[in-house]
Amino acid sequence: MRREVPIAITFLVGMFMIVDFFVPHAYVSASAEELKQWGTIIIAASILLGIGNLLRVHSKKIARKEEGWGYSIVLLAIMAVMLWFGLWPGETLGPNEMVGTVEEGSYFNWMFLNMQVPLQATMFSLLAFFIASAAYRAFRLRSAEASLLLIAAIIVMLGRVPLGQALTQNLPEKAQLPWLTEVIMEYPNMAAFRGILMGAALGVMAMGLRIILGIERSYLGGEK
Amino acid sequence: MKLPLLLVLLLLAGAAGAQETVGTPVDTTAAVVDTIPPAPVSDVTARDHISNNDGGDRIEVHWALSPDDGGEETGDVTGYLVMRSTEPDAPADTAGVAGAGETMYLDRDAVPGQTYYYHVAATDGVNLSEFVTSPSVRGVRSFFQPSRAAVLVLTLLFFGLVITFTNLAQRGTDLFVRRIPGLNAIEEAVGRATEMGRPVLYVPGIGEIDNIMTIASLSILSHVARITARYETPLIVPTARAVVMSAAEEVVKEAYAQEGQIDRYNPDNIRYLSDAQFAFAGAVNGIMLREKPSANLYLGAFWAESLLLAETGFEAGAIQVAGTAMVSQLPFFVTACDYTLLGEELYAASAYLSKEPKLLGSLKGSDYMKVISIALMLSGLILRIAGYEAFSNWFRTG
Repeated sequence: MRREVPIAITFLVGMFMIVDFFVPHAYVSASAEELKQWGTIIIAASILLGIGNLLRVHSKKIARKEEGWGYSIVLLAIMAVMLWFGLWPGETLGPNEMVGTVEEGSYFNWMFLNMQVPLQATMFSLLAFFIASAAYRAFRLRSAEASLLLIAAIIVMLGRVPLGQALTQNLPEKAQLPWLTEVIMEYPNMAAFRGILMGAALGVMAMGLRIILGIERSYLGGEK
Repeated sequence: MKLPLLLVLLLLAGAAGAQETVGTPVDTTAAVVDTIPPAPVSDVTARDHISNNDGGDRIEVHWALSPDDGGEETGDVTGYLVMRSTEPDAPADTAGVAGAGETMYLDRDAVPGQTYYYHVAATDGVNLSEFVTSPSVRGVRSFFQPSRAAVLVLTLLFFGLVITFTNLAQRGTDLFVRRIPGLNAIEEAVGRATEMGRPVLYVPGIGEIDNIMTIASLSILSHVARITARYETPLIVPTARAVVMSAAEEVVKEAYAQEGQIDRYNPDNIRYLSDAQFAFAGAVNGIMLREKPSANLYLGAFWAESLLLAETGFEAGAIQVAGTAMVSQLPFFVTACDYTLLGEELYAASAYLSKEPKLLGSLKGSDYMKVISIALMLSGLILRIAGYEAFSNWFRTG
């Protein structure tokens, strides 16, 4: 019973969503929309599970003084501060200073925009350096494929910048780097891209069908 | 006195000049009033408009342009008036207006089940042409979206193939499935971690639980957890979504129980980190550098954080296996990881790892569907080149 009930629910809801795709009737669409909203609400409410997990894992770390336990203190302290400002009953302190809301101008919003967003941007900007080191390894001439990748990458990278255009502007159009770049991106690259995408789409359908029919059940924890 | 007078005259002359260049010259003759209406429209038809959430209250009215409508060019017609009545000759109400060059009006205010007649006239802003009436039409709540007929046929065909091969596999038919090196490497990676006495890191992506890649990843996690339970190797699963964390806890716990190692299951190793993409990436990188897992498995939905994770893992010296159907992230994984499951291989992984006949049958069904899809695409291409567009148009969904 522990496994059968979730599988039965999955089957019914899954089939209903497939029916919704083909049946435009307002009653079907409205019910499907309702189901999707339930899903959204359940997912949103689950954040409490996450907070519980964070508290449990990091409290233990601090209690046992495990390696890096100082970071756990910082994490829990910042979480407490954000929760305090986000949940404290609203009180206007000034024209644009609101406590207890997440609106523009609130302390919570100010901390999010001026602390979390710059930190995330910093992490994102690290990608430039990671791309450089990964590209260095990928483009080393170790095999025919790597050589092909290197040649294609050089053409595409040069073709996308003014320098590449300037280098070949006196050549016939079909020998110019921007034109070659477009050819590489539009034909071999797009063909491979679409091939993977179509395979993945069929994979999604097969996986979905396996789940709906209860053939695939390991995501519920084991197969027995 | 002469100078001021000259200035005044110059100013007046300038003003008159400006009037001539900027303003419209004054017509001293009597204004010609347009009393000739534009030519009427033709071929007025109306049909029930079928859309999602179809309440039967929308009707499409189509017509052929008035000969006096210039379309892209300027013509005599400035627009079209669409009227609506419940009888062909009954007084009509205004349904709406359409601009010049337009050949369709969507009435969003029809009563479901009510019979209507639509009357369309062209206007030049002053005069109306004769009205042309459509045949009767009724808006109904539809039970089928005709534009998705091709999708329905292909879906049923696909489902039929999967069910057929699943049944064949259950009856003991031997099904060949090609080798996927990335999946064979998983056990090897866990073995290596066991030898080194270091944990295995399994990242199920940052997709929500309703993302099919996340479900596929949880299925693979079940197999990986059984291997780590067997080898008595710690398994760390950082997640970016609380629901995924909860599901991962259940999956890993169940896998350990099935291997008779429930006492080795550590719930603190299934961790919720953050919903924020780069906060999650930073935290996982921290785990890699502090807890030094010797095998990193990235399987699921990844976005821009893919290379941040994979490159840090490479720097840390871990053996890395990745898999995603996010095509834009595949180059990063291919570059930074030892093995990468490309697109559909992620969905096939669970079947491949379990070797369960029923699951392998569904893989075979997918393969045959791919062959059919390729054949259909080639047929459509050849027919289109030959000038027959009906075949490829049938597959249009919009």
